[in-house]
Order: sequence, then structure tokens, then C-alpha cells
Amino acid sequence: MKTIEAPIQKKEIRIPSNRLKHSFTILLLISIIWLSGWKVEFSITSLINGLPNMVDLLVELFPPDLSYINNVTQPMLETIRMAVLGTTFGAIISIPIALCSARNVAILPIISIPSRFLLNLVRTIPDLLLAAFFVAVFGIGALPGIFALTIFSVGIIAKLTYEAIENIDPGPLEAMTAVGANKIKWITYGVIPQVLSQFMSFVLYTFEVNVRAAAVLGLVGAGGIGLYYERTLGFFEYDKTSTIILFTLIVVLIIDYLSTKIRERLI
Amino acid sequence: MIEFKNVSKIYPNGTVGLNNINLTINKGEFVVIVGLSGAGKSTLLRSINRLHEITSGEIFINGKSITRAKGKELYRMRRDIGMIFQNFNLVKRSTVIRNVLSGRVGYHSTLRMLLGLFPKHDKELALKALERVNILDKAYHRADQLSGGQQQRVSIARALAQEAKIILADEPVASLDPITTKQVMDDLKKINQELGITIVVNLHFIDLAREYATRIIGLRVGEIVFDDSVAKATDETFNKIYGNPLEKQDVVVMSK
Repeated sequence: MKTIEAPIQKKEIRIPSNRLKHSFTILLLISIIWLSGWKVEFSITSLINGLPNMVDLLVELFPPDLSYINNVTQPMLETIRMAVLGTTFGAIISIPIALCSARNVAILPIISIPSRFLLNLVRTIPDLLLAAFFVAVFGIGALPGIFALTIFSVGIIAKLTYEAIENIDPGPLEAMTAVGANKIKWITYGVIPQVLSQFMSFVLYTFEVNVRAAAVLGLVGAGGIGLYYERTLGFFEYDKTSTIILFTLIVVLIIDYLSTKIRERLI
Repeated sequence: MIEFKNVSKIYPNGTVGLNNINLTINKGEFVVIVGLSGAGKSTLLRSINRLHEITSGEIFINGKSITRAKGKELYRMRRDIGMIFQNFNLVKRSTVIRNVLSGRVGYHSTLRMLLGLFPKHDKELALKALERVNILDKAYHRADQLSGGQQQRVSIARALAQEAKIILADEPVASLDPITTKQVMDDLKKINQELGITIVVNLHFIDLAREYATRIIGLRVGEIVFDDSVAKATDETFNKIYGNPLEKQDVVVMSK
């Protein structure tokens, strides 16, 4: 009987301490949010005061000027092409970086640490800043956009891939060592078959992200449909802007749908 | 022939894995290594193909030191030593034939293997190896569609396709049921007798060791405490290998 009572008593003691922990966590979260809002001078009154302007803008967006679609079809295609090229180049560059970053492949820290540092550096630079930088180097057009998307893709694909590589079953790697494979054969027959489908899925996902990213790169002159956003907004042609928004939405939805379907098949 | 000369292994935390092992395993032998968990069975087996490094002494394979081999020479020596693992160590997403073919990578150039260009001869070898372990019909299935026993036979086929002269098996049946255990052990025996391949197996089960081995090596805390033919391995020898403390422990648990 005594042995049965003991664990119940223990539980009764633990519950209040847990509750205390939860309330402290909630209190902490609320104070963080409140402090952040206070520091950035967030005010609900300006939100309410701004509402009429927002309504005005929404009214002007309607009805969309559908005839404008003819003008933006070419830039839209260019946007997609930029995303295709940027994703492909990014995927190719990601392979060595992901392999060098994975600690179970690059066993020597002298390889994995610099590789991870490079990857983190790439990931901290926003895509628009990258685009602006490449525009400054290569001039206005789709080319700087493609370069920006390439680097941006490396940040996503290499990061997800090296994490996938670190989670593979070490068994086949051991087996490949035992058959006398050198490092490249070891990677080709031990690592790659285990992560290939995940890698393909990451590439497709990045392509989805890149189509959306490519749509705004034009704002800094890096080609694609973004240029037309700036143009129509600049001339207060909100009906045309809404056409571009709708058009982009449809294209993104179709690409997301197709990509999701393919990714389901892959896994 | 595998020779251990004064081989010791001390882990960085000070644990003794192997303590001054001197051992010769001749061509064509079927050696079973028995001992408690942690007695150093796995360390001993894996030091042969240098999946584990030793701290002192030297190991020779057919007169050549694998301990001193580097780079290409080490790969070449490993190519002649097949290995079978407790968890099969197959690429589960790949087909059976591809797993078997991966045993051939040591025979071809890196570029050729990077492109996956196996010669016709290799494919024939792989299919023949699968036939020998009776799973030819599964050649184009994905490895993870096979049962545990079938997967272990795929890994035996991989070692066969590798044309290994020695096969090391680290607890090959520890995760299998009694029936598949028998099939896998029979396969190993058959390979040993028909192809003359030297086989070194780590086993937990004494009765299996008695049934299949031509020679039994007993390990205890990193030292060889028994090394002789099966006929000489009496119950008393096994008591010596596994030690009396185990029995005492059992008694204590029972009285509680």
C-alpha cells in the first residue's frame, strides 16, 4: 500500500510547480510583446485613423483593369524563367556546400565550420539587398535578378539538405567504408541515395519561394514583373496594380499546386 | 589469413577494449567469437578491416599489414574483406540489385562509379550472388520492402559480389527470428564450404556457435580466454567465458 501512495504524493507536489512555471512563461511572453510594441511606438489610434485611407485604396484597386494582362504577360514569363534559372544554379552550388556542412560527411571541423559560416552569412543577406547589389554590379535587367535568386536559393537548399544529410542512417555509410570505397564513392553510394528525394523536394519548394521572391526583385531593377508594380503604383494606376496582384496570385497558386503534387510523389 | 600481433585497444576514456591479443585465423576457417556484451567481440571484429582503430600492435591480412595501410592500399585491402552487420546496413530506398552492386565500387574508377556505370560482368555477378542466397526474384524490389531475413541475405550477396576472401559478420542474426536465423547461418556455412571464404562471426548464442563454427574464440574483458575447436568447447568453457557473476545475479533477482 505504501508503495502505491508514494508516487501520487509526488505528483501532487509537482503540479503546482508546473503551473507556476507556465504562468511565469505567459507573463514573460506578454511583457516581451508589450515592450516591443511600446518601443516601436505602436498605436491602435493611428491604425483606426488610417482605416479610411485603406478603404479608399481598396476601392481604387477595384475593378482590376484586365486588359493590362497583355502588357504584363512577358514580364511574368520572365519572372518564372528567372526563378527556374536561379533555383537550378542554386541547387547545383548547394550540393558541395551541403556536403561540406554536414558533420557526418565532413568529419574534419576545418571543413564544416567555414562551410557553415559561409552558409549563415548567405542566409543573413535579404534577397532584395542581394538584387540591389548585383544591379549595381551588372546593371539593370534579369541577370542580376538571377544571380540574387541563385545565392538566395543556396541559403535555403544547402541549409535544408545538410540537415537532412545529418539525419541519414549511418549504417550504409559504415557498409561503404567496409567495402573499400573512397570518399567520393562513399558519398555517391552511401549518402546521395538516402537524401536524393528530399533534396528534390527542397529544390521544388525553393522554386515556389523564388517565384514569389522574383516578383518583387523588379522593384530594385533586377528584372521580372516587380518593375510593373513600381510603375503602376507610381502613376497611381491602382486598377492595373490589382491586375498584376491577381495575375501573380494565379501563377503562384498553379506553381504551388503542381510542386506540392510532385513533392508528394517524391516522398 | 588474419594475424593479430600484440593488439590492444584502449578507448579515450580509459576502458580497455582489447588487451594484448595474439591470434591467427587461417584461410577457410569458420570462426565464431563469443562473449558477453562489452567483452570486445565487436571491437575485435571491426579492427580487422579498420572500422575501429587499434592503439597498439599490428594486424596482418595475408601477410600485409592493414594497420599501416593508407589511402588506396587500405581501400584495396578492405575490398577483399566483406562485412555483414546486425542492422543489415542497406540503403533502404535503393533497389536490392543496387545495394548488391555497391559492393563492386572498389573495383572501378571513381569517375565511373560517380556516373553509376557498372559493367555487364558486375551485374551478372550481382545476380548470381542473389541467386546463391535465394532472393533473385527480389532483385528489383526496394530494399525496405523485404523482411529482415531477406535484407540480411541481400547484405550477404553484397559481400559475395564484392568477391571478398574474408567475410566478417558482426551479430548477423541478433535482430532476426529463429527460422531466418537458421537460413542466414546456413547461407554463411554454405559460402564457407563451397567458396572457401574465411568467415568470422560474432554471436550471442552458444548453441549457434556450437552448430556452425569450426573454431570458437571466447573473449572476456578484452582478452582471449578460450580458443579451440568446437569439440573442446564444453559447458565448463562457456561458464568460463560468460563468468559466474551472471549466475549469481540471476539468483539474486529470483529471490527478490
